[in-house]
Amino acid sequence: MEGAEAIRRARKQRRGNVIGAAAKESGLPYPTRLNFYDKPPTQEVSLEEFEQWAIDRLRVLGEIETCLFRNNTPAEIDATLKRLLDKYLPLASNHSVPEAERSNPKRFAGLTAERRKDHYSHFILRLAFARSEDLRRRFTRVETILFRHRFSTDDTRERHEFMSALELDSQVVGEGEKAQYAEQLKAVLALGARLPPEKTRAQFDAESYVKVEWDRVADLVESRRVFIRGGMAYVPSGALVSLVLAEFSKKLDQSLIATARLLPRLDEDDRLIPILNHLSKGFSAPEYNSSAAPTTLSGEAITAGQIDGLKTHFPLCMRNLHSSLRRDKHLRHFGRLQYGLFLKGIGLSIDEALVFWRQAFSKFTDEQFNKEYRYNIRHSYGLQGAGRNYSPYSCQQILMDHPPGTGDAHGCPFRHFSVDNLMLAMESQMGIGNEEKSVQSGVKQDVAARKYHLACNRVFEHLHERELKREKDGGGGSSMRETIVHPNEWFDRSWNLKNPGSAKKGRVKQEVKEEDTAMT
Amino acid sequence: MAPHSTTDNDGDDVMQDTDAMQVDDTPDAPAVKSEPAVKSEPAVKDELEGMFDDDDDLMIDDEANDFKNGFGKTSTAPISDILSASPSDPEVMLQFYSRLFPWRQLFRWLNHSEVPSTDFANREFAFTLHNEAYLRYQCYPTFETLRRDVLKLNPSRFEIGPVYSARPRDRKQVPKGSFKPLEKELVFDIDLTDYDEIRTCCSKTSICIKCWQFVTMAIKVIDVALRDDFGFQHIMWVYSGRRGAHAWVCDRKARKLDDGKRRAIAAYLEVVRGSSQSGKKVNVDRPLHPHIQRSFDILVKDFAKNILEDQDPFRTEKQFDRLIQLLPDTTFKSALREKWSSTIDRSSSDKWQDIDRLAKSSVSKTLNAKQLLDHKQDVILEYTYPRLDAEVSKHLNHLLKSPFVVHPGTGKVCVPIDPAKAEDFNPDDVPTVLQLLKEIDQWRTSVKEEGEGATAQARVPDIDKTSLKPYHDFFGRFVQRLLNAERQAVEKPKAEQAVKIKKEEDLEF
Repeated sequence: MEGAEAIRRARKQRRGNVIGAAAKESGLPYPTRLNFYDKPPTQEVSLEEFEQWAIDRLRVLGEIETCLFRNNTPAEIDATLKRLLDKYLPLASNHSVPEAERSNPKRFAGLTAERRKDHYSHFILRLAFARSEDLRRRFTRVETILFRHRFSTDDTRERHEFMSALELDSQVVGEGEKAQYAEQLKAVLALGARLPPEKTRAQFDAESYVKVEWDRVADLVESRRVFIRGGMAYVPSGALVSLVLAEFSKKLDQSLIATARLLPRLDEDDRLIPILNHLSKGFSAPEYNSSAAPTTLSGEAITAGQIDGLKTHFPLCMRNLHSSLRRDKHLRHFGRLQYGLFLKGIGLSIDEALVFWRQAFSKFTDEQFNKEYRYNIRHSYGLQGAGRNYSPYSCQQILMDHPPGTGDAHGCPFRHFSVDNLMLAMESQMGIGNEEKSVQSGVKQDVAARKYHLACNRVFEHLHERELKREKDGGGGSSMRETIVHPNEWFDRSWNLKNPGSAKKGRVKQEVKEEDTAMT
Repeated sequence: MAPHSTTDNDGDDVMQDTDAMQVDDTPDAPAVKSEPAVKSEPAVKDELEGMFDDDDDLMIDDEANDFKNGFGKTSTAPISDILSASPSDPEVMLQFYSRLFPWRQLFRWLNHSEVPSTDFANREFAFTLHNEAYLRYQCYPTFETLRRDVLKLNPSRFEIGPVYSARPRDRKQVPKGSFKPLEKELVFDIDLTDYDEIRTCCSKTSICIKCWQFVTMAIKVIDVALRDDFGFQHIMWVYSGRRGAHAWVCDRKARKLDDGKRRAIAAYLEVVRGSSQSGKKVNVDRPLHPHIQRSFDILVKDFAKNILEDQDPFRTEKQFDRLIQLLPDTTFKSALREKWSSTIDRSSSDKWQDIDRLAKSSVSKTLNAKQLLDHKQDVILEYTYPRLDAEVSKHLNHLLKSPFVVHPGTGKVCVPIDPAKAEDFNPDDVPTVLQLLKEIDQWRTSVKEEGEGATAQARVPDIDKTSLKPYHDFFGRFVQRLLNAERQAVEKPKAEQAVKIKKEEDLEF
């Protein structure tokens, strides 16, 4: 009977999670750098940590989404992430601690703290982003990219340990089977690589394969980058990342849905819910940080009457809205919102805004205006209703949210206009006509590649060619550090380029602006 | 013996399929003697006429063979009467549904078991009525109820959708969001209209055996990919009734695929891409992916006959211009154009050979032989590789016309195609509904003439009297194989579990 007991124990251990077993052996809560986040945290954290960790992770995730929106390549994203992660969410590998000292929990404390923060912040954000399908989808997407980045930068041996702990349920392809399908496997390996045959052969000989059910690597199947036979995909070890990623996003999807179901039962007081709400709102596009930007003109508030004159500093979407407003004496809801918030961002106060819109909507009576629109405008300044102080829309919001329908003038012309109409708009709004062939064809290319922000930036560079050159010659060049991803950024840079020296005066208004953002 | 007495069999199962749906007013097929009692006077006269009439044409107009439809309403129109009607005539369809449609097999096919389950009960059916009204979200617990409703509504055709999480009729009663499609066969749709830019023999809705070869080639390529690569076994190909074919992949695993995985398969199989405005439509990496290599090896054998000879697709100037566009090297291209412009009448086969001949004559120094070979392979693929309507395959909740319904335009029955004998299939041989009803008539006459016993004849189901019989049998065998596999899938885990438990017991003691 004793023997039976031992067997039972052994079986129990075998069934147990390997990570758990490893952790037990080394006595560490986080034996590997990578985390599949399959266990929720159980220890206590302070409210400050709760919020700070979440915000730090959110910065990283927000940046990933911006990269996606800019259509950055994986290499570009990796470069951006590296910088950002070091600052906000560092994760060092085990070999940063000398091997001999790894068993000493004290030497490992630094790593454990990093991993703990990574672990906890992930689960906090799960709570914040489980609530709607859209948030869940976006969260899974950026988390998967973050995971991919870490996975691909991981130490080879540690990655191997991590993978074997995952138990991905794959079979190793034996030499006999590998030889049987040698021809097909080689063809897939060489696919598009344009390698000479001997190189391919060498690579093939060195390659090891695992077999998994084809739908576990559906993305590889979809693009025909894997050999499949009898429902099994033959995945080279190099392509395993795709398998792990598929697993990662699948698990995350499932747990987010589970979390969403449990959210109402959280029955939380007023400590966490406000933080969570705030977090999920923050996960929308990099907001235009008006406090950091030099504000209006010469530091004085702009008036309704100045808007027409300032139009030359507007990006195409805003010029288009402005022209529509002047032509129709009206803008529909999202047009008013997009344009109104932009004007607010450049420094139009609520009083001036009411004057501006009242004058613009000249075909309406006072009564109509007060009834239909006044509330709306005050609302967008946070003076009515929920008291939320709305920020100007970023390019991403303009591109992604509320695609314009018939009769709408909002949206991004580069995305929402047909190419012909876009060319017409560029000519009528910005004077970029047929004589500027290179700009036109550049814009067409960008638009075809769905890189709308690049098209817009190209137009910006063209319109400010002289000023940019002067600035560069003068040793400045600060305003073209990055691509513009916000209409108000366009305005500020344009204004500063055309009025050098006035930027500093704008700082006067900074304090007021800080208060504004604090309200959001 | 009366030529037009009807039995109550609908052909697929004589013993079990007896419900209130009898089409005949006489449950047992009437023998000659009993007939005058049932029949009106002219019928007897016509019967005599028919007996001695050597004319093959049995469409005797004033035949009056009373029969009732499923609701006891007496219909006075006899088969022969409606044989002159259009194939989509409601009366014809009613006859077809009540006498020839394989209800029971359809049920077994979709139910995956003999015992009624939610696989069938939660399955959506959608009917197109004769007034073109479209009824979605119909569902039935058993095939009898489905059959009864079809006979009542008498749709011109009907489609099959997914199995939902609840009964489709109850979709508004269940909590919002909990009514969703769970599974459906993985389906493919090949339609010859997608080949219009490369087929020269016919266009639009018309087809002939020459352009049918596109479908044949498609079946060969797709079928082997689904079986060998994805490991599916239960793939049923069905003639779509006019100019295409459908594939139903019925394996349990295929039925459970989500949209993303369906999309992956569709993309894996898709090689010809682009609209009529795009240039070269086949752009595949080299070396060829094993699937494309295998497809190419299959297709290249048919290229000379099916394409070059039968389609002759490079005959006119516009046509060979298209071919030249697809080839590499400007000098080489202009040499080809020059040659063919002066000899426009050369056949496509000759022109195809000209490419190699001209290449050998080293007319262009920059021409890369490997590149030319690759481009020629791409041309072959562009003119032969299956063109799938990918949207149909990508979505779990896409509806597809049921097998064995009648195509309203052609009257042809959507019969299964044996993929192992895809090359033998000729859409011209597919029986039309009118032809089938006529065969029932003729069968009686011939039996009568041979003087066989009336009792023996009475038990013969209608389906056995027609040329639809082999298709029925094929379908039946397919369904049986599927059911066997389903049973095994259910039994296997149980057996494994049993073994496991046994082993554990062994270990314990």
